Order: sequence, then C-alpha cells, then structure tokens
Amino acid sequence: MSVATRELRRRPGRFAFVGIALALLSTLLLLLGGLLDGLVLGSTGAFRAQDAPVFVYSADAQDSFLRSRITPAERDQIAAAPGVTGTAGLGLTLDAGRLEGTTGTDNLLDLAVMGYEQGTNVLPAPPGPGEAYADAALQDDGVTEGSTILVGLGEIPVRVVGFVDDTSYLLQPALWVDLDTWRQVQTASRPDAAVADGVVQVVLVDGTGTPESLVTAVDDATGGATSSLTRDEAIFSLPGTAEQNATFTALIGTTIFVVGLITSLFFILLTVERRSLYAAMKALGVGTGALVRWSMLQALLVAGTAFVLGGLVTLGLAQALAGQIPLLLEPTRAVVTFVLLLATAAIGSLIPLRRIIRIDPASAIS
Amino acid sequence: MSALALRDVRKVYPSGDTEIVALDHAELTVDDTELVALIGPSGSGKSTLLSIAGGLLTPSEGSVTVAGEDITAYSPKRLASFRRDHVGFVFQSLNLVPFLTAFENLTVVPELTGRRGAATRKRADDLLEELGLAARRNVRSTDLSGGERQRVAIGRALMNEPCLVLFDEPTSALDTERGEQVMGLIRREMTERGLAGVVVTHDRRMTGFCDRTVEITDGHLAA
Repeated sequence: MSVATRELRRRPGRFAFVGIALALLSTLLLLLGGLLDGLVLGSTGAFRAQDAPVFVYSADAQDSFLRSRITPAERDQIAAAPGVTGTAGLGLTLDAGRLEGTTGTDNLLDLAVMGYEQGTNVLPAPPGPGEAYADAALQDDGVTEGSTILVGLGEIPVRVVGFVDDTSYLLQPALWVDLDTWRQVQTASRPDAAVADGVVQVVLVDGTGTPESLVTAVDDATGGATSSLTRDEAIFSLPGTAEQNATFTALIGTTIFVVGLITSLFFILLTVERRSLYAAMKALGVGTGALVRWSMLQALLVAGTAFVLGGLVTLGLAQALAGQIPLLLEPTRAVVTFVLLLATAAIGSLIPLRRIIRIDPASAIS
Repeated sequence: MSALALRDVRKVYPSGDTEIVALDHAELTVDDTELVALIGPSGSGKSTLLSIAGGLLTPSEGSVTVAGEDITAYSPKRLASFRRDHVGFVFQSLNLVPFLTAFENLTVVPELTGRRGAATRKRADDLLEELGLAARRNVRSTDLSGGERQRVAIGRALMNEPCLVLFDEPTSALDTERGEQVMGLIRREMTERGLAGVVVTHDRRMTGFCDRTVEITDGHLAA
C-alpha cells in the first residue's frame, strides 16, 4: 500500500467532498450519455436498420422523409445511374393503432408504419400483405406474435408475424410492412398525402464505388429531381438528431470541465496545506515527480471510486425510471465516461504542478 | 576526513538595487564524529548556513564539501540525490507525515524514492528498537507523545545512514527539562553511531551537549 492509498484509507473525510462531488458528476455524465444514446438510437433505429449506403429523397423534400416522393419514372432513372446495382423503396406513416379487441384512447399504440421491399441484416424479407414485423419495444404494450393491430384511422388489420430489435423512428416503435400495406395505411390515415401505386418516399441505393460517388451519380441521372444522402448523412438529417447530439455533447463537455475544475481546486488546496510537508520531503531528497504521483494516484482512485458510486446510482435511477424516459445505458458509453473522468481528474491533479515545483526545499528549515 | 567543510562561503540575496549578505566568508569544519552547536540571534544566518551545509542552498561564493564530496556546483537534482544518500535532517516542526505510523514515517522517503524493500524495513525496525519505539511501531504519529515524535524524526534522519545530521532548533518548542532530554537523546545517538552533526539553537543552555559551539552574528562565524 502506498502513501497515497494510506492517506485515502486513514483520512477518508478529507476526500469525502471531492469524492461525493465526482460521484454526482459521474451520475450526471452517465445520465446525459444514456439520454443521448436513448434519444439518438431511439430516433434513428429505422434508418440504422438499412444496409444501403445511399438514401435518395425528392429534391423538393429538403431531406424530409415525410415530404419526399419518388415516382416510378424517377426510380427508373436512379436505377439506370452509373454504379447503381440495386434499388429498394421505403415509405413511412407516423400513426397510431390499437390491439384488436381493445378500446379507448389509453390503449392506443404510437406506431411508425414502415413500408419496405428489401430485407437487411436487421430486417427479414418483407412479410405478406396485411402482415408485419413489429419492433420489440411493442412487446411492452402487450403485442405478441400473432397479435392483430388495427392501424390508423382506417383500422387496417395487420397481423404481427415476428419481432425485430432497435428499429424505432423518432422514438416511435416501427411496424414493418410491405409497400402495398403501407400505401393502404397512408391513404386511409393521410388522405391529403396519399401515394399512388409505385410511388415511394425514399429509394435506398446499392452500388459500386464510394457512397459519395453514388450520390453524385444518382442526382446527376435524375437531372436534379432528387437529393441523395449517404447513410450517415441521412441518419443525422432526421429531425432533431443533430441538435440532440450537439446539445448533449455540449452538456457532457461542460460537466467534464466542471470535473476538471473541482479536481484541480481540491488539489490546489491540498498542495497549499501540504506545503511544509512537501518542503520537508524535498529536503529529504524526494523528487517533485514522486509528490505529483502521490496526488495523481489519489485523484485516479477518488475518481474511480466516484465513478463506481455514480454508476450504481445511475443503474438505480434507470430501474426506477424504466419506460418513463428514453435512457439507454450502453457499455461503450460507460467505458468512454470512465476514461474521460479519470483523464480529467488526472489532469486536474496536475494543475498544482507549478506550485509543487516552486516549493523550495530550503523552506523546510526555519 | 571531515564530515563538513565550508570554505570562504558567502551567500548573498538580491534586494532591489542592493544585496543582503546572509553569510559572509564563513569557514567551518565539522569532524567525523563531532557535534557542533550553532548559536545566534534571529536573522544571523543560522538557517542559511544549515541550508548550505545540507545542500538545500548553493553558496554565492566559496566551496562546500560534505563527506569528502565537493557539492558546491551540484545541480538541484544532484543535490536532492546527494541529500537523500548522505545527509539527515531533523526539522524544527519535525514535519512527520501525520497519517503514517512511526514505522511508516521512517520508510516514507525510501518508499517515495523507489527504495522500498526488506533491507529498508529491517533498518526501520532496528532504528525503532534502538530509539525505544518498538512498542509504538504501528502508532500513527499524531497519537505519539512529543518526545516520541522527536525520536521518530531522529530515526527518519538516520534511515539513510548519513555522514552528517543537521538539527534545526530541535528544542525551540520545549521547556528546559524536555529540551535537555531531547539534547541528551541527540548526543547519545550521535555518539553511539559515531556521526557528525550540527545543531542550530538559540538556547545557550543546550550547547553543553555539543562538543563545540560556533556563534554566528550578521553572517559572520566566530568560534
């Protein structure tokens, strides 16, 4: 056991304030990260479920899925573009539904009815007419395999034949149906925005070359009638996604800054208090490096312990608030937060370095 | 060979356009087993002389030889290494690490300088035994009596088997009786180990425990 750990064990009260502060900040960091992941992943699942590298919208849609319409003629032009090897249509209606046999508004299910025509790594091949693969989140609302959901104003019956994970769109669980069933739902629920046969909202494009070269080739081939995005651009163009990302990243960054501030202030005070002890140690031949390592090890241990405490609090909160907020605790996020916290605490403990260097060993003599 | 030899040592501090002479052409030799008392009023240069003798300060002029090694031109880093290996210090306020036990206070410097090991632990245990502190080995320094803390500080100064031990006002905070006890302890330990030392004090009653007394006034030494 080193001098640093002995001090932590024997004088825990001295480190209690900074430990509690860092534990609370760890909780905040984990909650912010969890909310960011919950919001972003919950909003983008339907797009992340697609394998195609390029998403093609109509030019006048301004990258909005709901406004976009691609006609069969435009789709033919897309398919004929250089480098394009395959196309698949996608349609979306944000709607509500209810399980067959239930009544009342309390039993309404929020749904993103997604029409599709090509299976992916996440999605099986499209089901038959009147059938659907449901997002697993709907299981929490009592949907099971074999359930029939009456979708939209037209109460179009759709039978659930299986479940898929992580395919929500803007936090609404998706119901994956074939394009004809989707058009039925769209026409019944949004008669003002009905889509004709063969019309889709987005065309997914597979091809050779880079996604960027495909984007250019497709938009050139349609004479500017389309606006194509790479998969990542399409994900970030979803309403609110980029803003959520920027907002939460700023909050996380500010919290990390506060971690650094608190740690550095604490170790500055500790250095002031230890001044005569450090002077004596230096007089006895102890180098500045050893004194800095003493503080840094304590910063790392306090931050590590605080992270564990913060993690436990966060897990407790996640259980207590399950289903009420879009909190998603991802192991990768926890590891990144842990590393950031430790690195910031270590840097914070280095802030008094100049003060330690400037302590004159001769000051140990009266 | 002498344990300490100061030759024509001056220490000057700049002060605006002028200079303050803290030590002026000082000559001092301390033999191998000699205990020298350095006495003088406040501001006379005692601390400066002690700091230069222990390699905490470098002189403006002159030379400093400790244990036969001329340390006058050593860099701060080399001086730190030299102090760690050859010089023992007992500070006026002792400066023990408050959350460490008596044993750990003896081993803290070796530990922080990467020299922990069985030999270090045995040396610390031997010293505690010799200083009558074996039974208090695992007691934190804050729970030791004043006399025990003084002995721990002496033990820490002896851990590196120094050639020269420097005592800075070891009795300043003690009444006469306790001061004499501490000086008696210092005298005994230094004699038994055959070590050289310099004891800075402002109390003339304590000089009787030393082999020789050197007075310092306004930076000038007088035997």
